[in-house]
Amino acid sequence: MFGAARKIRKAGVLGLNERNSDFIMRLNPRHLYPRVDDKVMTKRLALEAGMAVPELYGVISSQGEVRNFVDIVESRECFVIKPARGSGGNGILVIAGRSKRNRSAYRSISGDMLSQSEILHHVSNVVGGQYSLSGNPDSAIIEYCVKFDALFAEVSHLGVPDIRVIVYRGYPVMAMVRLPTRKSGGKANLHQGAVGAGVDISSGETLHGVLGNEVVEDHPDTGALVSGLRIPQWDFILESAAKGCEVTGLGYLGVDIVIDRDRGPLILEMNARPGLNIQIANSCGLLERVRYIDDIFDEEADATTRARISRREFTTEIQGNLPLNGDA
Amino acid sequence: MTKQYVYLLAAFLTAIGLGIFFYKWQELGFPLVEDQHTPVWTIETSIKFDARPGSIKANLQIPTLTPGFNMLREYNVSKGYGFSLNYVSGGREAQWALRRTSGPQTIYYRRVVYEDAASEQSDTTPPFPPPPVINEPLKTAVDVIVTDVREHSADTASFTSELLRRVNDPSPDPNIELLFSDARDPADFVDRLTTILAFARIPARMIRGIVLQDQQRRVDPLPWLEVHDGDRWIYFNPITGEEGLPDRYLIWWRGNQPLVSVTGGRNVEVNFAVQKNFVDSVSIAEERAQIEGSALVEFSLFSLPIQTQAVYGVLLMIPIGALIMVFMRNFVGIDAFGTFMPVLIALSFRETQLLWGAILFTLLVTLGLSIRFLLERLRLLLVPRLSAVLIVVVLLMMIISVVSHKLGIETGLSVALFPMVIIAMTIERMSIVWEERGAVDAMRAAAGSLLLAVVAYLAMGMPWLEHLVFTFPELLLVVLAIVILMGRYSGYRLTELARFRSLAGD
Repeated sequence: MFGAARKIRKAGVLGLNERNSDFIMRLNPRHLYPRVDDKVMTKRLALEAGMAVPELYGVISSQGEVRNFVDIVESRECFVIKPARGSGGNGILVIAGRSKRNRSAYRSISGDMLSQSEILHHVSNVVGGQYSLSGNPDSAIIEYCVKFDALFAEVSHLGVPDIRVIVYRGYPVMAMVRLPTRKSGGKANLHQGAVGAGVDISSGETLHGVLGNEVVEDHPDTGALVSGLRIPQWDFILESAAKGCEVTGLGYLGVDIVIDRDRGPLILEMNARPGLNIQIANSCGLLERVRYIDDIFDEEADATTRARISRREFTTEIQGNLPLNGDA
Repeated sequence: MTKQYVYLLAAFLTAIGLGIFFYKWQELGFPLVEDQHTPVWTIETSIKFDARPGSIKANLQIPTLTPGFNMLREYNVSKGYGFSLNYVSGGREAQWALRRTSGPQTIYYRRVVYEDAASEQSDTTPPFPPPPVINEPLKTAVDVIVTDVREHSADTASFTSELLRRVNDPSPDPNIELLFSDARDPADFVDRLTTILAFARIPARMIRGIVLQDQQRRVDPLPWLEVHDGDRWIYFNPITGEEGLPDRYLIWWRGNQPLVSVTGGRNVEVNFAVQKNFVDSVSIAEERAQIEGSALVEFSLFSLPIQTQAVYGVLLMIPIGALIMVFMRNFVGIDAFGTFMPVLIALSFRETQLLWGAILFTLLVTLGLSIRFLLERLRLLLVPRLSAVLIVVVLLMMIISVVSHKLGIETGLSVALFPMVIIAMTIERMSIVWEERGAVDAMRAAAGSLLLAVVAYLAMGMPWLEHLVFTFPELLLVVLAIVILMGRYSGYRLTELARFRSLAGD
């Protein structure tokens, strides 16, 4: 038992207790949480900082405003409705198009036709707090629907894959791609069954994947190899993630980025308590990188510099003797 | 920096907690283990007499200072008599009085004492006794004896020893023979000794007491000799001349007056009976602390009404449950719903017993969860949805109770003691986890909650621990210190060793 603990410690793995006490409590003051928990605020702050985000079509924050919905989407063919303070991807409705004959009939991404009143009912539910965990009234966000890049078509099922970058004191330290599976219902959440694939910070190339706590090589639905994919505009992605620190003020942060076919990388959301499975996906502990950042930390460095330092320093090579399926 | 404060605070709390604990344990004698019973002696004096027509007054000598023993309580049993306790010369006296009665009477005085080696006699120093008036020829005999013994002794103690040696010599001195040969009984013998000692200006008293043995019906008081050496009282066996008191000797009264005097009665018969019991040593420690005026006990849980004490007996175990939660969650890493929900479930297990509790809990959550999924389709807001689940849970409990009663299973009735709000919250949490993370995670967290509840139940149900925490609530400060220290633990959880095992390879 202690031997196992020593080995993990030697590998520099960050545990939950240490994450909570030494990272989140030290680096993420609670009063800053609304900046990441409320997606409207996150988007506004990101826009102010000049970051690319999915375009916001409109916000509906009270039942009285629900009827504005029709005006907001008047000229849009596809869009996404999501709760501002939702969690776990619940309450997200993706509209992929409209009926040609009747503009008030909408087609969801899974192919169902929805009437205008059904959609209004959904918006009203979101505003009423149906999907917010606290049960408090919420706002509904109507935003640009990401058209995802063909790069990940082979290794995702349904939904949109995203890139999670862990940013420590403004420096990107680790990254992974989260690939939706049939089991995750198209959601890119690892604990819902999505596959996470580590990304080498230096090259922006994917490594092997992790499903649950197990290491995998192939996507469980498509069977395609998850490793070896080169993520486009990697410099820009790292730089955007690094900026997330200034935008939110959080010292330990997970930045979720999607790559749009037309508009490039867009910041989807940020997370004040990112999970730890990213270490398994990268076969690498966080602590060593974190210590390195602590050593070279420079308050003056801007996001571009920080991203460049990270890119120079953090290389993960695919190891030949990597234990597969965790049973080594 | 913070770390040092944490250690300092923990050390401070531990010091206070353990300090009070040791004081109560060592000084006040609170028992560490519940079944630690102290022997307690009940001495019953019965006075029987035939009352003459008219008023009755009965006086009984009762103990005052009893080296080696402490009194727990005393009471009298008599029918219609007025009772009072008075201090008189030589000690204390119980008095019964009745205006009019006739026929055979019995009155009882009971005294409950426990052994306490620390109980010392703290009597005042007596004045030198006046020389007794003794008629000739006895006076000359006494004079000769005293002069002779004084020559062969150095101080009060050796004087007394020498005197006793001579008096008990098988072939005594003629003077001794003259003085003691017609002694009626041992008491008279000791009484004469005190007269000789008084003649030598040595304060001496006859004491009479009872050697305590279990289950004695008729005990005769044993006379003993007590001599003051100007500093303290020393005791002598009047026959052997040995110094000290017999084992378990309870001094009942001092002086040569009779044990009992009854005016208005005849055929007076006094009898001592002794009975040994075992009493929870907590009550003894309490009584002792009360006599000593210890504020610690004055404001302790034992001063509360019994029913409230029972409530605290349960409440004080909650910190132990919390300690278990900290350990199981932050050190082992078991997933569960809510922070303290397992502790509350464990509390309700106390009423239902473990097996039934676990079965009922599982049943309620399963049923509640299926209802919750039906409600899900109605798309209700959070508070109305929770309230609906709560109402359903209450109805389910009622149905389980009624059905199990009809089936003759009485345990089903205790389901009502389940904290229903907690169950409703559990159901809600579980359904959210179910939706967000899937059935596997929800099941795992539910199983984790049940496991934690069982562990907490077992820990909180340990009788010795319950006793320890209730008797020494200050130990909760130590628990607090441990929890604070655990709060600084930033190492791995046990389950993380499995989770990250793929990273453990070299």
